[in-house]
Amino acid sequence: MGLKLQQSQHHHSVAVKVNEQMGTKRGYTFIQSNRAWLPKFLLLWVVVMAFISAWIYKKMDADSKVRREEVLITMCDQRARVLQDQFRVSVNHVHALAILVSTFHYYKNPSAIDQETFAEYTARTAFERPLLSGVAYAERVVHSEREKFERQHGWTIKTMEREASPIRDEYAPVIFSQETVSYIESLDMMSGEEDRENILRSRATGKAVLTSPFRLLGSHHLGVVLTFPVYKSKLPTRPTVEERIEATAGYLGGAFDVESLVENLLGQLAGNQAILVNVYDVTNSSDPMIMYGHQNQDGDLALVHESKLDFGDPSRKHQMICRYHQKAPTSWTALTTAFLFFVICLLVGYILYGAAMHIVKVEDDFHEMQELKVRAEAADVAKSQFLATVSHEIRTPMNGILGMLALLLDTDLSSTQRDYALTAQVCGKALITLINEVLDRAKIEAGKLELETVPFNIRSIFDDVLSLFSEKSRNKGLELAVFVSDNVPEMVIGDPGRFRQIITNLVGNSVKFTERGHIFVKAHLAENTKPMTEAKPENHFNGGLDEGMLISGAGHFKTLSGYEAADERNSWDYFKHLVLEEELRYDASINMAIADEASRGVTLMVSVEDTGIGIPLIAQDRVFMPFMQADSSTSRNYGGTGIGLSITKCLVELMGGHISFISRPQVGSTFSFTTVFERCKKASYNDTKKPVAEDLPSGFRGLKAIVVDGKPVRAAVTRYHLKRLGILVEFANSVKIAASECGKNGSSCGSKIQPDIILVEKDLWLSGEDGGLSLRMFDGKQNGHVFKLPKLILLATNITNVELEKAKVAGFADTVIMKPMRATMVAACLQQVLGIGKKRQPGKHMLNRSPILQGLLCGKKILVVDDNLVNRRVAAGALKKFGAAVECAESGKAALKLLQLPHCFDACFMDIQMPEMDGFEATRRIRMMESQANEQMNGSIDEDSASKGEWHVPILAMTADVFLATYDECLKCGMDGYVSKPFEEENLYQAVAKFLKSNPILGS
Amino acid sequence: MNHMAIAALKTQRRNLVQSMFDEGVLDNQFNQLQDLQDSSNPNFVEEVIALFCNDAERIITELNRYLNDQNVDFSKLDSYVHQLKGSSSSIGAYRLKLACVNLRQASEERNKEECAGAFNSIRREYYVVRSKLQVLMQLERHIVNLENQQ
Repeated sequence: MGLKLQQSQHHHSVAVKVNEQMGTKRGYTFIQSNRAWLPKFLLLWVVVMAFISAWIYKKMDADSKVRREEVLITMCDQRARVLQDQFRVSVNHVHALAILVSTFHYYKNPSAIDQETFAEYTARTAFERPLLSGVAYAERVVHSEREKFERQHGWTIKTMEREASPIRDEYAPVIFSQETVSYIESLDMMSGEEDRENILRSRATGKAVLTSPFRLLGSHHLGVVLTFPVYKSKLPTRPTVEERIEATAGYLGGAFDVESLVENLLGQLAGNQAILVNVYDVTNSSDPMIMYGHQNQDGDLALVHESKLDFGDPSRKHQMICRYHQKAPTSWTALTTAFLFFVICLLVGYILYGAAMHIVKVEDDFHEMQELKVRAEAADVAKSQFLATVSHEIRTPMNGILGMLALLLDTDLSSTQRDYALTAQVCGKALITLINEVLDRAKIEAGKLELETVPFNIRSIFDDVLSLFSEKSRNKGLELAVFVSDNVPEMVIGDPGRFRQIITNLVGNSVKFTERGHIFVKAHLAENTKPMTEAKPENHFNGGLDEGMLISGAGHFKTLSGYEAADERNSWDYFKHLVLEEELRYDASINMAIADEASRGVTLMVSVEDTGIGIPLIAQDRVFMPFMQADSSTSRNYGGTGIGLSITKCLVELMGGHISFISRPQVGSTFSFTTVFERCKKASYNDTKKPVAEDLPSGFRGLKAIVVDGKPVRAAVTRYHLKRLGILVEFANSVKIAASECGKNGSSCGSKIQPDIILVEKDLWLSGEDGGLSLRMFDGKQNGHVFKLPKLILLATNITNVELEKAKVAGFADTVIMKPMRATMVAACLQQVLGIGKKRQPGKHMLNRSPILQGLLCGKKILVVDDNLVNRRVAAGALKKFGAAVECAESGKAALKLLQLPHCFDACFMDIQMPEMDGFEATRRIRMMESQANEQMNGSIDEDSASKGEWHVPILAMTADVFLATYDECLKCGMDGYVSKPFEEENLYQAVAKFLKSNPILGS
Repeated sequence: MNHMAIAALKTQRRNLVQSMFDEGVLDNQFNQLQDLQDSSNPNFVEEVIALFCNDAERIITELNRYLNDQNVDFSKLDSYVHQLKGSSSSIGAYRLKLACVNLRQASEERNKEECAGAFNSIRREYYVVRSKLQVLMQLERHIVNLENQQ
C-alpha cells in the first residue's frame, strides 16, 4: 500500500508540475494575445495612411494654390498700380498742358500759341505722356460766334463725320492738335456723343474727365478720351457750376489708346506670359465695358483677381481683372510626396505586420517547444520513476525465482535438469544485476543520486572489491592484483559505496572479458604520473599493429603476468619509476604529508588494466554510451547489457573526475579514471569513532620478508600488501639468490636482514632449476644455525592438490597464500603460519559465509526497535548470527529509555511504523538528547568525553518499502540510512559498513 | 535404521518446504530464517514460528472484532494489518503477506465488503500456513529426536 501511495503521489506531483509549466504559457505578449487583430491592424493602418497621404496632398495643393493666388494678386496689383501711376502722370501732363493753353492762349494777347507751336510743343513733350496717343485743344464756340470763328480760321466747323456741323448752341472745334491726331482738327468735339458728355462734365467739375471706352478714330483701338476744361479767366476760389461754364474757354483732350498702351506697359513687366489682364470700365456696374483684353473668357476662370484702378476721374470706375493664362497645373510635388509617403507607410506597415507575424510564429513555436519540453521532462521523470518502481517491483519476484532455483538445485536433478536450472539461476542473477544497474541509472538521470561524504579507507575498498572477484579470477586462472601508491592518503572523505561501485564495474568488466593474463588495479595520486606520461612518447595507441607478436608471447612483457597490456604505463619500465620515486620520497614523506595537509583535495588516479579481448576500434567511441557494447556478438559471448560503463562514467563525473581508456584489440584494455576526494584531516577522524587506519593486525610489524619473484610488478604488489602489515620486504629473483642471501645473513653477525618469511611465487618455483630440492638444501643450511628458520610460503593464483602436496614436501608451509592478495587475507595466512595473534574464530561457517559482515557486526552491541515481536525476533536472530550482541525494544519509548546517555550501543535498527511513537519521532528525540549531551560535553573540559567523541549512535531505519522519499525522510529526521526488512545480506552490509568499524577477526 | 528414517524424514521435510515454496505459501525469507538457526540457537525457527502464530492469532481476533463493528475503525484496522504484514514477511509467509496487502488496500479504500473478503483470505492463508508449519515443526522435532538418539 505504501508503494501505491507513493506512486500516486509521484504521479500527482508530475501532473502538478505539468500544470504549473502550462500556466506559464498564459504569459502571452501583447502581440500574441492580439494575433487575430493583426490583419485588421494592417488594414486599418493602410486606410489611415491613405487618408493621411490624401490630406497631405490636399494641404500641399492648397498651399500651392494660395501661393498661386498670392502671386496673382501681387502681379495684378502691381500692374494696376503701374498703369494707374502712368495714367496719372499723363493726366497731370494734360492738366499742365491745359494750364499752358489757358496761360499762353488766353491771358496773353495776342495769343502766344498757334497750331504750329502747339504741335511742336506737344510732339516734343510726348514722351511725358506715354499713354496718350495724342492731345488736341478745342475751343468753346457759341453759335453766335460761329461765323466770326469760321471766318477767323478760314474753315467751317465739322462734325465727327466730317460734315459741316449743323447748328447747335455751342461748338467745340479743335483748333490745336498734336500731329499724331491732326486729322481731328476742325472737328466739333461736341458732335460726338461721348465727347460732348465729357466736355460738359469736365467744364462743370473743372477736373479731368474720362469717356467710357470706345473705338478711337484712326487707330480703331479701344481707348478713352481725357478731357480737361480750359478757363479763360481766373476762377473764384469756390466757383459754382455756372461760373465754371461761363469761364470755360475751351477743352483740352487727349486720347488714351488704352489697348496698345496697356499692352506696351505689361510687356515691360515680368510674368507677362503667365497672366491674362483685362481692364474694364465699370461705371455702370451692371454692364462693364472692356477697355483692354479679350472679351472671350479663356484662361483659368477659377482664379480671378480684381484690382481697382483710379484714373483720377471720380465719376468713372475702372478695374483690372487678372487671371492665369493656364489652369493651375497639377501639383506633381504634392502628388509624389503624398504617394511616396503612402508607399513608405505601406511598407512600414507591412514590415511591422511581417515582424508581428514572425513574432507570433516564433512565440507559437516557442510555446510548443516549451510544452513539448515539459512533456518530455515529465515523461523523463515518469520514466525514471517508472523504472525505479518497476525495477524495485521486479526485484522481489526475481528474488523468489532465484530462491526457488537455489532450492531446485538442492534437489536430486538429472544433469540436464541441473544444467537448465543453473542456466536459469545465472540468468536470474544477471537480471537482478541489470535491474540494479537500471535503478542506478534511473537515479542518476533523475538527479537523485547524491554522493556521500564520509571518511573511508581507500585500500580496504580495493581489497573488498578484489575479494569479490577472487573466486572468478582464480577459476579463470587470472592474476588479479591491486597496488596503491604509498603517497595516497589512508583515509579520504568521499562516497565509498560509489567508489566501490566504479571499481567493481571496471574490474568486473575486465574479469568478464579476460581469459588469460592479468587484471591489475593501480591507484596513485594524479600528480605523480604527470612527469612520466609527459616523458613517454605515445607512439602506438590502440593500434592493432602489434597483434602478431603477442599470440603466444606470454612472459615477454614486463607486466604483472607477462602478457602484453594495452597501456604500457603499468609495465615495469614505467612502474618502477613510481616505486623508486616512492622509495626516494619515503623519508621526506612525513614532511610531504604535512605540506599536503594544506591542500584539501586529493586527486586519485586509478587504472584497471587487463589483458582481455580489448575493444574493437570502431566501438571505442561509444563505449560509455548506455546499452552499447562493443558489438552484438559481445553480448552473445559474454552477456551483460553494457549499462555498467555508462553508470561508471556518470559516477566518475559526479565525483569530479573523468574516465578514459586505452584499448588494443586482442591485447587488452586499460581504463583509467580520476576522482577527487577530500583529504581527511587527522584531527577530524581521530575524534570520531571511525577507524583511524585499517584494522590490520599489528603483530607483524618489524618482520622481514624476502619475496622471490621474477616479475618485478608482481613483486611490487606483494611488497605493497606486506608493507601494509608493517613487514620489511626485500626482493630476490630466484630461490637460490634468496637462499644465499639468507645464508650470508646467517653466517654474519645477523645485524643485517634476517628474513622471517620467504614468499615464493608458484610459477617461479615450478619452472626452471629452482626445483623442489633446492629448497631442501636451503632448509638444510639453516639447520646449523641458531636463527629461527624462515617460513617458506607459496604464493599462487591457483593450485592443484598435487602441486600442494609437492609444495609441502618441498618444505613450504601448509598455508598457501592464494591470490589475489589482500592485506587481511595475507595477515590471516601469516598468522596461521607464524602462529602470531589470537585465534578468535567464532564459528567457522560464519567466516565462510560473510566474513565482512561478520567482521563488522561481531561484538557490536545493537539495539533493535520494532513493535512487531516476530520481526524483532527475526532481526535479532539475523544480527546475532553475525556475532552482534542484540538488545530489543518494542516501542520508540522503550528505545528512548535504553538510549539514555551514556549507553553502550554501537548502532540502532529502528522500525519506522510503530504505534504511539514512530521511528522518525523516536530518532528525532534521540538526536535531540544527543545534541544536548554534546553541548554539555563541549562546555566542560572532560578527558573522558574528549576521548569518546561526540554522541551519535548510528540509527538505521528498517523498512519494507525502500523508497527514495522514505529515504529522504529518514535522513531528514536524523537517521543514517536504512535497511530493507527483512534483512538482505548485501543491503545490510552496505548500510552497516558506513557506520561500524570492522573488527578484525584476527585482531591483536 | 535411524539413518534411513532420518533421511526419509529429511526428504519429507524438504518436499514439504518445497511444496510450500511452490504454492507460494512461503518465500525466500523462510530460507534465511532457517539459516539463522544454528547450534547456538537450535530452536530459533520453531520459536519464531510460535511467536508468529501467537501474534497472528491475536491480530486476527482483533481484526475480526473491528470488522464486525458497525462503524469500522479503518485506521486501527490498518495498523493491525500492518503488524501482521510485518510478521508474515519476517517469516516469509508470502501469501499471507499478499492477503494483508489486499486488506490494507481495501481498508484504504474504506470498502467494508472488500475488507471482509480480504480478511477471510487472511484467515484462510493463516490456517494454511500454520498447519503446514506445524507439520514442518513436527518433522523437525522428529528429526532432532532421531539425531539425538544417534
